[in-house]
Amino acid sequence: MSEGKSRVVAMQQPDLEKERRLFEIRREAEQHGQVKAKGTRPAGAPFPQASPDTGYYGIPLLKQPPWTWEIPLYFFVGGAAGAAAVVGAIADYTGADRKLVREARWIAAAGSVLSPALLISDLGRPMRFLNMMRVFKPQSPMSVGVWTLLGFSGGASAAAFAGFMRDRFGPSFPVRVLENAGTAASLAFGLPFSNYTGVLIGATAIPVWNENVSDLPLHFGASGLSAAVGLLELMGHRKSRALQALGVGAAIFECWEGWRLEGRQIREIDPLKHGLSGTLTRAGGALSGPVPLAFRLLSLAGGKRSSDALRKYAAISAVAGSLLTRIAWIYAGHVSARDWREPLEIEETPTRSDPY
Amino acid sequence: MSVTAFLTDSTLCIGCKACEVACKEWNGVLEDGLNWSGFSYDNTGAVGHSTWRHVKFVENAPEPGFGGNAPELNTWSFSSDVCKHCENAGCLEACPTGSIIRTEFGGVYVQPDICNGCGYCVVSCPFGVVERNPDDGRAFKCTFCYDRQKVGLKPACAKACPTESIQFGEISQLQQKAKDRMAELHDRGMNDATFYDSSHTSVGGTHAMFIVRGDPRSYNLPPNPQIPAIHLKKAWISSAIAAAFLLGGTIAAFLADSGRGES
Repeated sequence: MSEGKSRVVAMQQPDLEKERRLFEIRREAEQHGQVKAKGTRPAGAPFPQASPDTGYYGIPLLKQPPWTWEIPLYFFVGGAAGAAAVVGAIADYTGADRKLVREARWIAAAGSVLSPALLISDLGRPMRFLNMMRVFKPQSPMSVGVWTLLGFSGGASAAAFAGFMRDRFGPSFPVRVLENAGTAASLAFGLPFSNYTGVLIGATAIPVWNENVSDLPLHFGASGLSAAVGLLELMGHRKSRALQALGVGAAIFECWEGWRLEGRQIREIDPLKHGLSGTLTRAGGALSGPVPLAFRLLSLAGGKRSSDALRKYAAISAVAGSLLTRIAWIYAGHVSARDWREPLEIEETPTRSDPY
Repeated sequence: MSVTAFLTDSTLCIGCKACEVACKEWNGVLEDGLNWSGFSYDNTGAVGHSTWRHVKFVENAPEPGFGGNAPELNTWSFSSDVCKHCENAGCLEACPTGSIIRTEFGGVYVQPDICNGCGYCVVSCPFGVVERNPDDGRAFKCTFCYDRQKVGLKPACAKACPTESIQFGEISQLQQKAKDRMAELHDRGMNDATFYDSSHTSVGGTHAMFIVRGDPRSYNLPPNPQIPAIHLKKAWISSAIAAAFLLGGTIAAFLADSGRGES
């Protein structure tokens, strides 16, 4: 009863009708052990049950990823840095603009410092990071990833450092050796480093991730390239046709990826379509695919000045889309782990204990 | 010592939680609060970093005469859950530090002096067992009482179980025991008794086997648990294709661009 409207029961006149109702209640209680009437349903009923249709009281079977905010950021930074290293190395080998080579290397080098910092600060025991180097386990994507990160960090920072020394003090033999070795290593390790995070979350027990395992590395690879191109363009390389071509390619792939996800009608990928995680995924997809693609195509048609602005918008959208995509996928993994129906193979979708 | 296993027979479980208490006392597992879950007499809900044995309480609607129940009472089944100690363990394969090992008794053991809390085992367990302790930072789960087994003792839970619902022994002997017990239960007309050890999936069997009544899903036991390793091949092929695209695309883009005489 709501406040102010509480009804005071006035003195009543007993009559046959009311007495019959009281008798009915008594008979129902005797026969069924309970009385079904308005107001006898407890708040929150029906309660979750342990049954083949509801699992164990709807308590999630799988554990959610224990990772903190560092991990999606690490996925973004690592993807962009890995792709930037590849762009820098190939630009170097094909004799492209020196400034482009230098700045691509700096992005890679910055990523190679940030990535381990993010990864270590997420550890439950950061001081024990070195334990990762006790073993190399090919069957563990985390182990393969850590060794790849190590090789990449060494290569990318060596290339950037040697490049700096050469620009400052001129080419000497040791500097040239260091630069060549660093560039080669950053290329070799940058290729897997830009997309291995897709393997990392794809090969897990989380349904929404392992259901997309064949696409995640490609998706994250394209996202990383898109971010690397975007960062270089924001640093001023808005006239490079090579970067434009790479940006268009990555955006087309991201469009296709979004199209594929929207078209798949399976329950496992619901977290990518519904609720907050669905909204984030779609927003990330739009900013990675159609939006930069449209800006880039328009910039091809426009004049010099508008072209520059349009490429800037495309770059901003692509970088934001790449970051948002990683956040959305990690978040979708949380939602997927909370969904007790997936691992128990339960079809029915009750509204209570909804994971969204 | 031989390869060992648990057989948890829920038809014998009386829901006393002696196994939970014994486990916590022997292993010094953290107290995790006495919360009212509202789900029957279950306080903890699931196994986790501070609950290595967990008694599940499955309440069902009254079924007159079933299992000797009085007509007005709910049917009640209990089952003590634990780490499954998989034959192919997702957590063990995922662990990047080599902290998680297979012991000489066939159990899966997290070495607490090596674990650095990366959390990758947590998302790799198809049973949702291992969990990172947010205060301590490391991952924890049932140790299969590795310390006790080393000196020839039963795990604490099996030792404390007053009805021998939790049995411990050599794995092939326990598998035979489970078979005999299932036949016995079916003979008695308890046709809903179900044996659970996931041997039909990529998990390849477990060192913690269960006999439960009814559908294992009521006890949060997944019908087809799979280890993450089955996805590795697809994942790395996709990664290789992505790397090839990135390399090829970048070379093509820069060659085409430099071919025009501009950068």
